[in-house]
Amino acid sequence: MSGRGAAGSGRGLLLALLPALCALPRVRGVEEGPGSAHGHSQGFQVVTFEWLHVQDPYIIALWILVASLAKIGFHLSHKVTSVVPESALLIVLGLVLGGIVWAADHIASFTLTPTVFFFYLLPPIVLDAGYFMPNRLFFGNLGTILLYAVVGTVWNAATTGLSLYGVFLSGLMGDLNVGLLDFLLFGSLIAAVDPVAVLAVFEEVHVNEVLFIIVFGESLLNDAVTVVSGCPEGSGAWHGASLCISRPLATTFPASQRGTRPSPASSVLLPSRQPPVSPAVRPPRRLSALPPGSQSRTPLWAQTPCRPFPSPRREQPSALGLSSGGAARVRQGPWSWDTRPPLLPGSQGGRTLGVVLQTWVLNRYRMVQLEIIDQVVMSYGGLRGAVAFALVVLLDEKKVKERDLFVSTTIIVVFFTVIFQGLTIKPLVQWLKVKRSEHREPKLNEKLHGRAFDHILSAIEDISGQIGHNYLRDKWSNFDRKFLSKILMRRSAQKSRDRILNVFHELNLKDAISYVAEGERRGSLAFIRSPSTDNMVNVDFSTPRPSTVEASVSYLLRENVSAVCLDMQSLEQRRRSIRDTEDMVTHHTLQQYLYKPRQEYKHLYSRHELTPNEDEKQDKEIFHRTMRKRLESFKSAKLGVNPNKKAAKLYKRERAQKRRNSSIPNGILPLESPMNNLTIKEKDLELSDPEEAPDYGAEVGGGIEFLASITQDTTATDSPSGIDNPVFSPDEDLSILSRVPPWLSPGETVVPSQRARVQIPCSPGNFRRLAPFRLSSKSVDSFLQADGPEEQPHATLPESTHM
Amino acid sequence: CWLYFFTVPVSSDQIEQLHRRFKQLSGDQPTIRKENFNNVPDLELNPIRSKIVRAFFDNRNLRKGSSGLADEINFEDFLTIMSYFRPIDTTMDEEQVQLCRKEKLRFLFHMYDSDSDGRITLEEYRNVVEELLSGNPHIEKESARSIADGAMMEAASVCVGQMEPDQVYEGITFDDFLKIWQGIDIETKMHVRFLNM
Repeated sequence: MSGRGAAGSGRGLLLALLPALCALPRVRGVEEGPGSAHGHSQGFQVVTFEWLHVQDPYIIALWILVASLAKIGFHLSHKVTSVVPESALLIVLGLVLGGIVWAADHIASFTLTPTVFFFYLLPPIVLDAGYFMPNRLFFGNLGTILLYAVVGTVWNAATTGLSLYGVFLSGLMGDLNVGLLDFLLFGSLIAAVDPVAVLAVFEEVHVNEVLFIIVFGESLLNDAVTVVSGCPEGSGAWHGASLCISRPLATTFPASQRGTRPSPASSVLLPSRQPPVSPAVRPPRRLSALPPGSQSRTPLWAQTPCRPFPSPRREQPSALGLSSGGAARVRQGPWSWDTRPPLLPGSQGGRTLGVVLQTWVLNRYRMVQLEIIDQVVMSYGGLRGAVAFALVVLLDEKKVKERDLFVSTTIIVVFFTVIFQGLTIKPLVQWLKVKRSEHREPKLNEKLHGRAFDHILSAIEDISGQIGHNYLRDKWSNFDRKFLSKILMRRSAQKSRDRILNVFHELNLKDAISYVAEGERRGSLAFIRSPSTDNMVNVDFSTPRPSTVEASVSYLLRENVSAVCLDMQSLEQRRRSIRDTEDMVTHHTLQQYLYKPRQEYKHLYSRHELTPNEDEKQDKEIFHRTMRKRLESFKSAKLGVNPNKKAAKLYKRERAQKRRNSSIPNGILPLESPMNNLTIKEKDLELSDPEEAPDYGAEVGGGIEFLASITQDTTATDSPSGIDNPVFSPDEDLSILSRVPPWLSPGETVVPSQRARVQIPCSPGNFRRLAPFRLSSKSVDSFLQADGPEEQPHATLPESTHM
Repeated sequence: CWLYFFTVPVSSDQIEQLHRRFKQLSGDQPTIRKENFNNVPDLELNPIRSKIVRAFFDNRNLRKGSSGLADEINFEDFLTIMSYFRPIDTTMDEEQVQLCRKEKLRFLFHMYDSDSDGRITLEEYRNVVEELLSGNPHIEKESARSIADGAMMEAASVCVGQMEPDQVYEGITFDDFLKIWQGIDIETKMHVRFLNM
């Protein structure tokens, strides 16, 4: 992620520099076009600064660059972000930068126009939110969300406005030229909970999914409500119900009612609107989430406005798009403290009351009740954000006299909610012991039964003639599967859409990883010491000097068990003291178990935590290796062929002294082919392996024959002196290479160590226990049939898939 | 818990509604046969359709025996089956909640255990998984089998833990099944909303 970000910022930098470069050496004398005539009388200027010429794109590029860098910086410093919410950091950044800008030239900084906001800033946010929307949760709780969003927001707006008006009437606010309408308008602006801020905060906090989706969904949908309620009020005229009622019929751009003013105030929260720098390349299974997500979420006024912008006054952005709230506030007129005290508690109190009331209503209908603690979090988590600010800035000075007051108040409220509430919500959640999202390991059984339940429930609904959730969901997913997916997704991606398969695949990986871990833990002694059955190459190991072998290997392993990389120097020295075959064993064993197992599972809604790149390759290689072993053990039982030497290619070539040529395909098992698809398609791996666009479908039977033929081939060329020599002479290598199926890249080949090859340890799972059930002897049967070696290096089942 | 289903009164509206539906399905006959379920159009798309229909006639679910299938069911039986999907009342005490949960899981267990021997064997499990995944045309049978095998292994490791090499795991018993589901909330998964009181 940081790599991509760096690349992105590199490009941004380039982009930013480019206009500057273009501007600088512009020679006036050759300037064509109007207005160049007046240059002659002043002499010949060689270099001029064409700032005005480039400032628009330059500012934008520079601004994006700075914001991106800031975002990357935030992500790298995880310690900071775990305490301070990202939005707060961005506000601070905006303040700093705005202060710099303002101090530099005292010129009005970049102004937020509705065009900029709605066309450039909002769509990425909208689409991003829609893309990452957890579908099932959202639609399952849609009723609740809608209630909170619509009714709740209206309620909040009303209570805030009315309470402020009440305070005003009581005279506490001093003399202000405001009326009830203005207060209501202000209330409706302030009531909008900001999804970006909410998301940023809740991502850190990890509350349970239901709570999260309710707050998040509410914040998404209430923007629309805000604008609708603000629209007729702010315009001062009633345009009828056709206004902004339905999404596709966004007829009037509400802000067009309020002109803009070349106001120096601009959004300090612009950076917080930045879409994430590295929108992860999610697998296409989320693509189907996009239509429903973005549809339901797009606020009304993100649509193309029908009416053109009435007064397109050309603003003069002069610096970065960040301006400080301080700079803005300084320019505000009245600096009255009267409004603030009643406002904050007023709006918060209104929200709390609204939440409580609605929850009481909802709990009569909901299956999963919302408890007091949830309600507390919901009311406390109502962070205002950029939307409120943008809307208030767009107020027309002529219509709303006290606009500056409102703007400054909004700034205060936004600051308060984001910074104070954002900072404190995490400790609050922990203190209240809010039910956190359970991060259970994925269990295949759970998924399967869950799926069964879904079908059963749909069936029951069908049978009883009711239209319920399950019925609708089924209908949608059928439609999706039959038509949408076929059009929108690749075939391989369609395959991997099924959650069950993903869980299965994850578990396989986990299997493989813990298998390796087990091997490491035991120091591979089990592998070495166990007597073999067939291969005479093994004879060397059962000879005397096992202690030497043992000592050296275990010593080496102990040395390196915690290191990912192997120091080849020490290995080289040691190697000289070991016999050749053992040497190779060591080498291969160590090479086998170089990877440190680790388990990382993505959290549900942490979009920014991407596992680093180096583990992806490990994952894949481990998986391939394991699968390959399983195939070979199966094969050795079935075909009577010892999977002998196959060449390998060293991964960490720079550390290796000897080079191996790669040839043999790794264990792409035919029966694993659909799952291998998933290997490739799995989230982590997709990034690093786009070229393995699989086409495995046809290779079901072909794969194993291929392997068998290769195996038999290599048997002939084996030399008993061990793997010391490159197994294949260069000529043969080529021929083997030419037989590699096109869907394999040589870089992925794996070889099991000599030891492991000969005596295949059973993968964790000890399939023999399921012996009575494995009746088929087809080669394309499940890998569970692998049952070659009689001896069990693993006496006990490693805790791989323990629950 | 099944006693509870009968002792606590269901709203008469719902009974009325279900009765109407029953009549519709049976064609005004007093009993329903398996063929009557063909009249439900959307059921065709359901991958585990056959198992579900079978569950309606399963003697174990109907509490008429420990195995076998009834040929036809009357309205009372129909209600019995439907009552498995009632939401758990929050006013019940813990023990009753557990009982209800067990009953619901037992329904699922019966669906899987088609030969009524009290164990879900690998073959039966494979059968179920294949059916479940048959909806997705892109998943081959082998994958389905592998998944079933993997799930079986998972279940084995849960239920029996570490197994000796010559131990044979014959199948998932109902207790094992309960163990798998321990701690997982099935309340939201196994109820139908309209049966709310």
